[in-house]
Amino acid sequence: MGTLLSVLVTIVVGLGGLLLILLGLYWLTNFLPRSWRERGRIAVFIGPTLFLLLIGLFIPALRTIYTSLLADPPKSKFVGLKNYRDIFAATDTRLTVFNSLTWVVVGTAAVVLVGLVVARFADGMRGENTAKSLIFIPGAVSLAGAGIIWGFVYAGPPFKVGLLNQVAKGLHLPDSLGGTGDRLWLLERGIGGITPPAAAPGFNTFLLIVIFMWASAGFATVVFSAAIKGVPDTLIEAAKVDGATNRQTFYKVTLPYIRATVITVATTTIIGGLKAFDIVAATTGGNFGTSNIAYSFYFAFFRQDRDGLGSAFAVLLFSLVIPVVVVNRRAQKRAAEIAG
Amino acid sequence: MTTTMKAPTANETMGRSVSAALSSRPGRIAVYILVFFWTIPTFGLLVSSFRPEQAVKTTGWWTAFIRPHFTLHNYSQSLSSQPGSDDLAHYFFTSIKITLPATIISVGIAALAAYALSWMDFKGRDWLFVAIVGMLVVPLQMALIPLLRLFTHGAHIGHLAIFPYLGLKNNVAAIWIAHTCFGLPFCVFIMRNFVASLPREVIEAARVDGASHLTTFGKIVLPLSVPAIASLCIFQFMYIWNDLLIGLVFGGQTNKPIIAKLVDLVGTRGESWHLLTSAAFISMVVPLIVFFSLQRFFVRGLLAGAVKG
Repeated sequence: MGTLLSVLVTIVVGLGGLLLILLGLYWLTNFLPRSWRERGRIAVFIGPTLFLLLIGLFIPALRTIYTSLLADPPKSKFVGLKNYRDIFAATDTRLTVFNSLTWVVVGTAAVVLVGLVVARFADGMRGENTAKSLIFIPGAVSLAGAGIIWGFVYAGPPFKVGLLNQVAKGLHLPDSLGGTGDRLWLLERGIGGITPPAAAPGFNTFLLIVIFMWASAGFATVVFSAAIKGVPDTLIEAAKVDGATNRQTFYKVTLPYIRATVITVATTTIIGGLKAFDIVAATTGGNFGTSNIAYSFYFAFFRQDRDGLGSAFAVLLFSLVIPVVVVNRRAQKRAAEIAG
Repeated sequence: MTTTMKAPTANETMGRSVSAALSSRPGRIAVYILVFFWTIPTFGLLVSSFRPEQAVKTTGWWTAFIRPHFTLHNYSQSLSSQPGSDDLAHYFFTSIKITLPATIISVGIAALAAYALSWMDFKGRDWLFVAIVGMLVVPLQMALIPLLRLFTHGAHIGHLAIFPYLGLKNNVAAIWIAHTCFGLPFCVFIMRNFVASLPREVIEAARVDGASHLTTFGKIVLPLSVPAIASLCIFQFMYIWNDLLIGLVFGGQTNKPIIAKLVDLVGTRGESWHLLTSAAFISMVVPLIVFFSLQRFFVRGLLAGAVKG
């Protein structure tokens, strides 16, 4: 009970303190000269947001860009773009970048596809809401938790809990451990005797992307589903009257109508895939060639003490987000024009 | 990024004749297969978490139904604070201590900003809103480390302290501030869009009656914004509870949230790795309860939040 009490006290003191500060500042505006009073009150309302964004986001981001141009401590002298060149020069860090791109391309395509399939075919089906809820549940738990759930599915010897090995055994799939149906799925980059080159994503990276897809598809499903239900009945009926099949109606009417939504979901998923650090941390810890940019960022700072390199990874992540957002905005505009 | 999502209508819960005709047998089968594939990993771990240690270690969970034997022992072991146990109850409370205030602070401060951006007149107001929302594109990785250094060292130019050393290393307030900073662009975006759409006559009537900004905000804007606040709070709550990176970096050992503890366990469990099963579910129970009990609000927040970057 002692813990519970201290938690309560912390919460009450923290929130109460903040409230008192804000009310106090507002009260102080009463003592400002009349012409400044309104300005003071505006500052009390908008000030906390601007202050926090300035010290918590804007200045730190500039600082990270600057640090990415410095050598790693303790020397910390200006080295220009050396950290970025290092990322692309070394095989393991280059693999990191390729892995992230694979997450983005394969992961996003899979998420959008699954989301569209479920949203389309579950629409109007008996048990539609249950189906959508079940698909969504993985999206409600943490990505780290998702990683652990799938860590058990992928588990290999000596652990017997691995469902995937059980399925592989049932299907008599050949494996790399002497034909027992036991494979260390997350540890092996190759599959079926083929090992990818050192700078190309391994099969285990695709297994991690499956976790990402599993965790993200619920969001896509829910959003697509709402969009599909927003298509006016008159449009669907008109297509039917003209003799369009279900398939034609979906591709020629529904899909173009919800185009903007598809673009939005794809953008969100791409950015989510770029930032997905949790799944790697909870499964392989970036080993066995499975690291991605977001994980390498963490690893460089906290395991290698390489601030310059870590900052370069952060800026690289940022520079990959920007074009996605720009393309998204253009596509949204075009979609809006088409929709009239 | 700024396209507003269509809100779910009454149609959402009712099947429609037109759409029902769109669903075909192969399509339905595809949905069933996907639902099965989406459910089985979680279900398997849930079953494992109720099995005795010996059973988890020697057989797969799918064998549990042949000779059922279930126990709560893993859970009591995970939650216990005995030496050698994981003491997850402690980390669970730490997560609450982090998540509740961080949610309220970020939504509250965003609500204040939303009021200023919608109903207070000043130069550059719209430009400021665009700038705040523009911060959505900055990944938190860009700001994480410098913000951490600010809390642990303060800021100096030469020997001149421009930001004091506040002794916030691994302090829970530092985690609140970090979550608030990173969540603000999104929260301001959602709150401003809602608050700006409130009827002008209501706000102006209050002004005519001589209500101050504080009164207008507290007595009129906040109560009218409850739907947006509820959705946003649930969204922020889930986001902060499920966060790993900020908890790992800002929590340290003293204020480690349960998700960060869970990931610690992955590498260090050794002999008692079977306890990872119950630990995972203890970390998931709060988001799952929130999801199932407040699904309607959550989905609404999600649709509005389809823009989160």
